[in-house]
Amino acid sequence: MFQLSSEGLQAVKKELSRYETKDSAIIPSLFIAQKENNGWVSKDVVDHLSKVMEIPESKINEVFKFYTMFNQKPVGKYHVQVCATISCALVGARELSSHLCHELKVKHNEVTEDGRFTISRVECLGSCGTAPMMQVNDRYYENLTNESAMNILRGLK
Amino acid sequence: MSEVKYLTEFYHLNEFQGLEGYKKNGGYVEAAKALKMKPEEIIDEVKKSGLRGRGGAGFSTGMKWGFLPKNNEPRYLLCNADEGEPGTFKDRLMMERAPHQLIEGMIISAFAINSKKSYIYIRGEYDYPIACVRKAIEEAYAAGYLGKNIFGSGFDHDMDVYVGAGAYICGEETGMISSLEGLKGQPKLKPPFPAVQGYLRKPTIVNNVETLAAVKYIIRDGAQGYKKYGTEKSTGTKLFSVSGNVMKPGNFEVPLGYPLKDLIELAGGMKPGRKLKAVIPGGSSAPVLNAEEAMKATMDYENLASLGTMLGSGAVIVIDDSQCMVDMLGTLTHFYHHESCGQCTPCREGTGWLDKIVHSILEGRGRLQDIDLLIKVADNMKGRTICALSDAAALPVLSFVSKFREEFEFFVREGRSQVKGTNYAQMHH
Ligand SMILES: Cc1cc2nc3c(=O)[nH]c(=O)nc-3n(C[C@H](O)[C@H](O)[C@H](O)COP(=O)(O)O)c2cc1C
Ligand code: SF4
Ligand code: FES
Repeated sequence: MFQLSSEGLQAVKKELSRYETKDSAIIPSLFIAQKENNGWVSKDVVDHLSKVMEIPESKINEVFKFYTMFNQKPVGKYHVQVCATISCALVGARELSSHLCHELKVKHNEVTEDGRFTISRVECLGSCGTAPMMQVNDRYYENLTNESAMNILRGLK
Repeated sequence: MSEVKYLTEFYHLNEFQGLEGYKKNGGYVEAAKALKMKPEEIIDEVKKSGLRGRGGAGFSTGMKWGFLPKNNEPRYLLCNADEGEPGTFKDRLMMERAPHQLIEGMIISAFAINSKKSYIYIRGEYDYPIACVRKAIEEAYAAGYLGKNIFGSGFDHDMDVYVGAGAYICGEETGMISSLEGLKGQPKLKPPFPAVQGYLRKPTIVNNVETLAAVKYIIRDGAQGYKKYGTEKSTGTKLFSVSGNVMKPGNFEVPLGYPLKDLIELAGGMKPGRKLKAVIPGGSSAPVLNAEEAMKATMDYENLASLGTMLGSGAVIVIDDSQCMVDMLGTLTHFYHHESCGQCTPCREGTGWLDKIVHSILEGRGRLQDIDLLIKVADNMKGRTICALSDAAALPVLSFVSKFREEFEFFVREGRSQVKGTNYAQMHH
């Protein structure tokens, strides 16, 4: 069963009193919980948040399913998101994500056997002038080549 | 013609990010000045400056502020930093390099519209810009520029950041309001416009990062001084994000009315041996221009409208002659299908159909009549929905198909790209 750490719980409580309405704390709390649950939101997470926030599960579910930054299924330790929208596509972003999949022997959106990586193609990340780019968990890596991207991934602990 | 660094004058200085460095270079002088003015005077100056919203629609900022009810009801200021329009990366630069510039513009704007609370809604992926803005807000509180009795004027204002969670539609102002309220980010029917009934049903002004930052300079130089740059109806400077097939992509600040061809040159021009094929001049929702049109376009609201397209968010996407337009349209139909919030049938179904049809052509299953079907589906999506996303999805399709029809026909007939010579599977997968 998922449970927030005591710091996580404190953080959620803080969000609950931060905005004009309690519902506004749902998104920030989902971020806090997702981070503590290996990068995804399981049913457990929603149940637990519902209890500590005193907000119906249905409401939390509705919000979390709407936004792409909440993962609905497990992802690798490193979630590698390659932007494949037009500016990036113009300079080889799709070739890049295919290359990463090929090197790591995994299909898009699946987890590598060792649990370390998930490669996805995503929509514009506001990094169109430094394309191709990828976001690995919270961090942007820009001006990539197939080789430099693979080196970055190999260098992750 | 080179850049005009008006808003971006000090962006090369690392110190401009922090409060001390910002103050050393003219920071918070105009906030102090504005809070001694009458709010109506500020609104009037903004109206006279001709400033138009930099987020996409280009609506007069002063006029929008004027729609607020004339009473003492609480009202909110909401800064749109969701920056999701493909090709756009200027708000990110502004928040990273000059978070205090935005905060100062917001303090002045909030005072003008008598708002005691504002939010900066930043897209969740912008981890670093979020950190920059949060730090700057802390510094501003510590210095007494936010909170109670700012500059001894008796004006109180609180500011906070709200972090989005990945949804292009939250860039649409009413979608953003829904999201801030803790709901799905679905747009709401207008009217009522947010200025009358917005966040928590209270009057709310939503403005883009660049719009709010510009307000400081209108106070500094006055409406007349501000209008020194730009054209009669498109005043001031604008940050253009240039991306795609150019040598040096990046953000460039130039006066509105600047020739598109010179802007491409500022971005280093085309790659050796490559020719310009097409330009999307205002973010992915703007209809595409062919090379000939692009060569005569100037970057102002009026000229781009006369060419059947728009300035939008100022994202200039440059496409060279090595690119397949069918393939590029496929990335756009995929985007809009993914981002439709699904409330309106024409948008939900239409974006799905467009994406399906373009991909059936790409995958070699297309029929010639599919090209006209694309036009028909797109036509049916226009002007019938709660928000403008549906139109934004339809317009690129119509322009791609009408201007590059031959490429679509070739793809249908041969099952491969006229430009690349290969089929879709061989192209990148
Ligand atoms: C689908 C859609 C997406 C939008 N995305 C953004 C955005 O990311 N940033 C933005 O400032 N405006 C965006 N807008 C425009 C906003 O609705 C609104 O017009 C703008 O924030 C107003 O600020 P401005 O007058 O300063 O431009 C979008 C509009 C639509 C229809
Ligand atoms: S037009 Fe599309 S995105 Fe906009 S409200 Fe309707 S379904 Fe949602
Ligand atoms: S199109 Fe890829 S980051 Fe914008």
